[in-house]
Amino acid sequence: MYDFAYEKPTALAAAVSALTTDDEAKALAGGQTFIPVLKQRLNKPTKVVDLSSLGLSGITVTPSTVTIGAMTTHGDVANSVDVQKAIPALANLASMIGDWQVRHRGTIGGSLANNDPSACYPSALLALGGTVTTDRRTIAADDYFQGMFTTALEPGEIITSVTFPVPERAAYQKFRNPASRYAMVGVFVAKFASGVRVAITGAAQGGVFRHAAFEAALSANFLVDAIAGITTPADDLNSDIHASAAYRAHLIGVMTKRAIAAA
Amino acid sequence: MPSVTLTVNGKTHTVEVEGRTLLVELLREKLGLTGTHVGCDTSQCGACVVHLNGTSVKSCTTLALQADGASVVTIEGLAAADGTLHPMQEAFRENHALQCGFCTPGMVMSAIDLVMSHPQGLSESDIRHGLEGNLCRCTGYHNIVKAVAAAWPVMHGRELAPAE
Repeated sequence: MYDFAYEKPTALAAAVSALTTDDEAKALAGGQTFIPVLKQRLNKPTKVVDLSSLGLSGITVTPSTVTIGAMTTHGDVANSVDVQKAIPALANLASMIGDWQVRHRGTIGGSLANNDPSACYPSALLALGGTVTTDRRTIAADDYFQGMFTTALEPGEIITSVTFPVPERAAYQKFRNPASRYAMVGVFVAKFASGVRVAITGAAQGGVFRHAAFEAALSANFLVDAIAGITTPADDLNSDIHASAAYRAHLIGVMTKRAIAAA
Repeated sequence: MPSVTLTVNGKTHTVEVEGRTLLVELLREKLGLTGTHVGCDTSQCGACVVHLNGTSVKSCTTLALQADGASVVTIEGLAAADGTLHPMQEAFRENHALQCGFCTPGMVMSAIDLVMSHPQGLSESDIRHGLEGNLCRCTGYHNIVKAVAAAWPVMHGRELAPAE
């Protein structure tokens, strides 16, 4: 790992300033992706700005929303009785990220800022139609994800919290890589009075995406059989040593059906 | 050079570190606590698990500076001063839950967190899933799972209720 300066600001404005005055500075949330990246020398920041003393942890639940502070760990989301009651699929998703120790450190804000194409949380944000709140604005999920490892965040912009609308029903199903625990295909299905949203992670070259054909069919009829005849084109899906694009296309259908059944 | 002040196994240390110094490097190289191991160095294997403010974390994926002000417990901090083993260490010994022993410090630290965070009880399945962040290449896990189950009633001071 290359060496770097380390700062742990205690005010959001100071953290934003530390990141904006130095374009080689990087934010550190839970570090469960970022520290391994640093070890591999894939990133060489001049300065690492630790966001852990900004008071960005915590969970607030209202009858219609769940708001999670950016520095809230996966473990705290998974174990939150309030989240389990309001959006059990979200708590379940958090409980399947990494392993016990990774969940003690990894954060929702870090995951969403990184936007790994195989991460779980992006599918929840997109399927639930949530919003990302930052130090300067609120960004709708549909505008937030802009391709693999790419988001609408500006340089130095820090996520402060994430808000999810409470759906009527929802479920997350993950076909995970048994070694890395990342999603080879993960499907988050959410049913609202206004319709059904389906988001797929782990599968596509461009990262998380909404499955329009499934959404249309399920909005008309929220049953496993509703998507029986719909196939997913493999054109833009990932092929790697773990799974071919055609296999991932197949898994999208299988995992979506499981999610509908579980919702 | 920045410095970090932290409590390790009840003793407070102030140590000069680099920004890039990992918690496990601080423990092993600066404090000489080599019971915490580095296995994979990629946060997969769990040989480096320690308790940071009471919860198990992978010390190879934590910066030393992130532990400033924190309380850390390592495998060296478990046994009593007179050498009496922690109930989890004793259970590992009784159940032959190790062969080469490389993964054991991390396994024990994870297992203690697992038991303490499940006061309502632990099924065999809970234990196997709870230890998913710790890899052992010798035992096939079976005796480790037995050891964790055996330690639960000792650590909680009551019998484990029958599984669902």
